[in-house]
Amino acid sequence: MSFLTLESVSKSFGANTVVKEFDLGVRKGEFISFLGPSGCGKTTVLRMVAGFETPTSGAITIDGEDVTMLPANKRRIGMVFQAYALFPNMNVYDNVAFGLKINGMDNAAVDRRVRDMLDMIALGHLADRYPYQMSGGQQQRVALARALAPQPRVLLLDEPLSALDAKIRLSLREDIRKIQRELGITTVFVTHDQEEALSISDRVIVMNKGRADQMGTPSEIYNRPKTRFVAEFVGTLNMFDARVADAGANRLNLAGRDIALPSSSGAALRNGETVKLALRPEAFYLDAQRPDDVPLEGRVQHMGFHGSIIRAKVTVGEQTVTIDMFNQANVAMPSVGEPIKLYFSPADALVLAA
Amino acid sequence: MKRYPAFPTLIVIAASLYFLVPLYATFDFSLRMERGVLSFAAYRDVFQSDTFISTLTFSAVASLVAILLGALIIVPTAYWVRLKLPRVRPLVEFLTLLPLIIPPVVLVFGYMRIYGNNSFLPLTTTDPGTNLLLVIGYTVLSLPYMFRAVDNGMAAIDIATLTEAAESLGASRFAIIRRVIFPNVRSAIMAGAFLTFSISLGEFVMASLLNRPAFGPYLVQMGQDYAYQPAALAIMAFVVTWASMALMQVFATRKPGQRFLPRMPRLSTFAPRRVQS
Repeated sequence: MSFLTLESVSKSFGANTVVKEFDLGVRKGEFISFLGPSGCGKTTVLRMVAGFETPTSGAITIDGEDVTMLPANKRRIGMVFQAYALFPNMNVYDNVAFGLKINGMDNAAVDRRVRDMLDMIALGHLADRYPYQMSGGQQQRVALARALAPQPRVLLLDEPLSALDAKIRLSLREDIRKIQRELGITTVFVTHDQEEALSISDRVIVMNKGRADQMGTPSEIYNRPKTRFVAEFVGTLNMFDARVADAGANRLNLAGRDIALPSSSGAALRNGETVKLALRPEAFYLDAQRPDDVPLEGRVQHMGFHGSIIRAKVTVGEQTVTIDMFNQANVAMPSVGEPIKLYFSPADALVLAA
Repeated sequence: MKRYPAFPTLIVIAASLYFLVPLYATFDFSLRMERGVLSFAAYRDVFQSDTFISTLTFSAVASLVAILLGALIIVPTAYWVRLKLPRVRPLVEFLTLLPLIIPPVVLVFGYMRIYGNNSFLPLTTTDPGTNLLLVIGYTVLSLPYMFRAVDNGMAAIDIATLTEAAESLGASRFAIIRRVIFPNVRSAIMAGAFLTFSISLGEFVMASLLNRPAFGPYLVQMGQDYAYQPAALAIMAFVVTWASMALMQVFATRKPGQRFLPRMPRLSTFAPRRVQS
């Protein structure tokens, strides 16, 4: 039974339909993320759940209650914004207390709840500070406490980490997930950052042109993308043209080599057609791991140091392939210009329609 | 040592003299009421006048009511226009500029025709009614300053997101305006208020044509009847205007939670330290 449901929700602005027949069911306590490029409609869906936009058609229910036409201030939803949106005229304490006072809670209960919330975000010592006296990370923590203080039914996070620097983003991301688990609150998170979405979500919804291209666990989204858009948008992909040699046996021909795939990744293959064989950068090895691994010959074009990994560009035939290798200090890495052999397992290859 | 460029410095000095010399001359003249000595006799004379106190009080009260009325009209209007009707903002901006284009004499004659003896609402036939018209007139005169100040104040904060944040926390539109928008544009309202105050305190045309016992007509009357007292009044009016401007600056630059004056050091700070033995 879904706690938050969207049934055939569409939204048009004039002639422009930005969300098309969108269906979603979120279980109570689940953390889901909308992932997609700018303009894909993810924020519009979130704003419709919040009550800031009214769907052109369809229905939204929370805990069985139809909230489609309910004003935002009656929905009991907590929202955290990209720009923090703390009230500049109020200090931290008053910001967190705002929703509680609006809802008529007595002063003693407000005080207890605000103290609890500030302890939760470990900013109790900054209760008297004003937003302009705090860092972005601190402000966003306060915004989270403010959103959670009135015990909302659903927590909506609209790119809350986008305005923060990398280190704060990472720690706040972990804090958000920890707090969400502790409180068991149903959460919808909007982001265009795939790493963010994949790392903290129970499920990810990849959106494209107002529709959900794929819904699934982070692992399903990354390892088994159902559409070419999802495959290309999430992570980095190397694409090779391959010809279907035997559709029944999932046999492809890649640059004169015969490859037997364990599965066709759900794609309908026809003998003789050309398909795209997609491989993640981490699917390549410098040494063969198994007997059926497929070898490719190439020349190192560029080596990029990324800390824990080294990302190399390798010219294979007329194509440039991106490969990732673990940075191991004791293992010699190929140098630029050096000819190398790459191996990949057919099991790691995805077949996409050309 | 920092060097100042010659030409701009000369221009600043010339402009300052152009402004300060007449001011000094007026001040000097205002001190020469008693033959042969410099004294504040003209000022004393003005302060001892009952008419001065009553007209100043009347105009100050009328100005303050106009400021309050202006803020109550302008803040929700500017808020709504920025939030929901951004397309009509140029029109609203133009409408608020009209008092600068249309002379007050036109406005006040319009009032007298619409709210005169034969009107459905004969406001000019009673004192409270005419006072109300004067306040409304001052409110109209304040529109260009008030709207611009409040609109700029709203541009400085993200009112759309603040509104949504407050809504998601359960606040109604009225609560949002009262608890979020008003406090956040308070310094802008104060800036508009001080401008309005300094303009309407000495306003002559409306007060005179509506026959109100205001400070503007009193100033003109004094100018016709006396020599030294008008100079003293001019200096005092100048001080009030500059004090308003200074207060406007203080309010405009003050951040929430900031004190008006720096915190006084506690006496214990000055106590001699004990030397540990």
